[in-house]
Amino acid sequence: MTETTVAGTAFVPPTRFAVPGRIAVDDRAAAVWQTATLTEIRRETPRAATFRFAVPAWAGHLPGQHLLLRLTAADGYTAQRHYSIASAPDDSGHIELTLDHVEGGEVSGWFHSEARVGDRVELRGPLSGFFAWPGDRPALLLGAGSGVVPLMSMVRHHRARGLTVPLRLLVSARSPEELIYAREYGAETTPVFTRSAPHGVSVGRMTAAHLAPLVAERPKGGWEAFVCGSNAFAEHASRLLVAAGQPVDRIRIERFG
Amino acid sequence: MNVTRGFTGRPRVADPGLPPGQYDARDDWPVLSAEVTPDLAAADWTFRVDGLVAEPRTWTWQQAHELPASAYEGDIHCVTGWSKFGVRFAGVSLDAFLDAVRPLPSATHVVAYAHTGYTANLPLADVTGGRAWIAWEYDGRPLAPEHGGPARLVVPHLYFWKSAKWIAGLRLLDHDEPGFWEQNGYHARGNPWEEQRYSGD
Repeated sequence: MTETTVAGTAFVPPTRFAVPGRIAVDDRAAAVWQTATLTEIRRETPRAATFRFAVPAWAGHLPGQHLLLRLTAADGYTAQRHYSIASAPDDSGHIELTLDHVEGGEVSGWFHSEARVGDRVELRGPLSGFFAWPGDRPALLLGAGSGVVPLMSMVRHHRARGLTVPLRLLVSARSPEELIYAREYGAETTPVFTRSAPHGVSVGRMTAAHLAPLVAERPKGGWEAFVCGSNAFAEHASRLLVAAGQPVDRIRIERFG
Repeated sequence: MNVTRGFTGRPRVADPGLPPGQYDARDDWPVLSAEVTPDLAAADWTFRVDGLVAEPRTWTWQQAHELPASAYEGDIHCVTGWSKFGVRFAGVSLDAFLDAVRPLPSATHVVAYAHTGYTANLPLADVTGGRAWIAWEYDGRPLAPEHGGPARLVVPHLYFWKSAKWIAGLRLLDHDEPGFWEQNGYHARGNPWEEQRYSGD
């Protein structure tokens, strides 16, 4: 359930409650470092690739959740980063991450320049139940760049389970070449291109006009909106949602950083 | 130790100010709020302290500014991994507010809550004795809305999710009551020097 309530005694602030409740999180799974073995690398765009890992003891996750990944150097130095999970939950004992090659990034740099099948890294998770979608409520997804990754887990889950609850994705990319998962999208997705677009498709930021037809669908129970991307995108997209009438307590935001 | 083949990492800098597992964000100041940035004017901002206190009270923007000014200059640490050195927040020490309401001897914890409904729990001892501020200036300028302006809580010795943006109040309790991230798997206290990121750390 999307708002599995915590203990009945949880403090309820007297202020307007704009932050929705939680999804149950397995604290034990989140506390243990596990070894993950790289089994496949797939290029998505010139800057992004998908890394598939075997994680035999993976406790399972909900679409939208993330994990903490750790690399360790020979002298004991470690670097850890949070990454959204790209794959839908399944029983394969595998998970997938899609990582941008960040300029100067020590972790993404290792993945894009050094990593090969058979390499082992450590991870813990899944973490945080806030930005997670169990597939229960209509989902309106707004992402930009690699912010589409946790949203794709939701799209894939929706397909894999044959869910009938409405789901729509608005995804922003600089160009068709930089659109992650371009070949996987179906009728649920509207791409928005900010720098260059195919012939006949307009170029520019996500606008109220992109959002209007989706908000107008007004599915039963209302949309649960998920926004993921840079802070600039998250601020822009969340303002568009509020202006379009989406209630603030039905907007969940995950920002890079 | 599970060494990652071929991983060397950034050049090592011995930095005693950097807690374990953190890196220096330098000029970046990432924004990580989970909710929509509220449209909150200073004139509409209020700050209330209640619960286990002798005299609950609400301050307006104007009244809060009449309290003695106090600033924090130092470092902040985010649970996502970045730390930021030498930041400067100005406002009022939380002690000034607490002195006015007089906490009861039974008070042991607080829940800080925001005008958005965000919450964070803290031991009372972590927000007294010159260790916490209500801040409305950053680096000499009004605190930006996306960073919690008009005013936020600043508890710099704990991970920064404890420093609730758009602070609306504190409730003093005789027990610990998990806040927003604490209900979502984060550590109850969040001491960066002990790397208390998640429940169970």
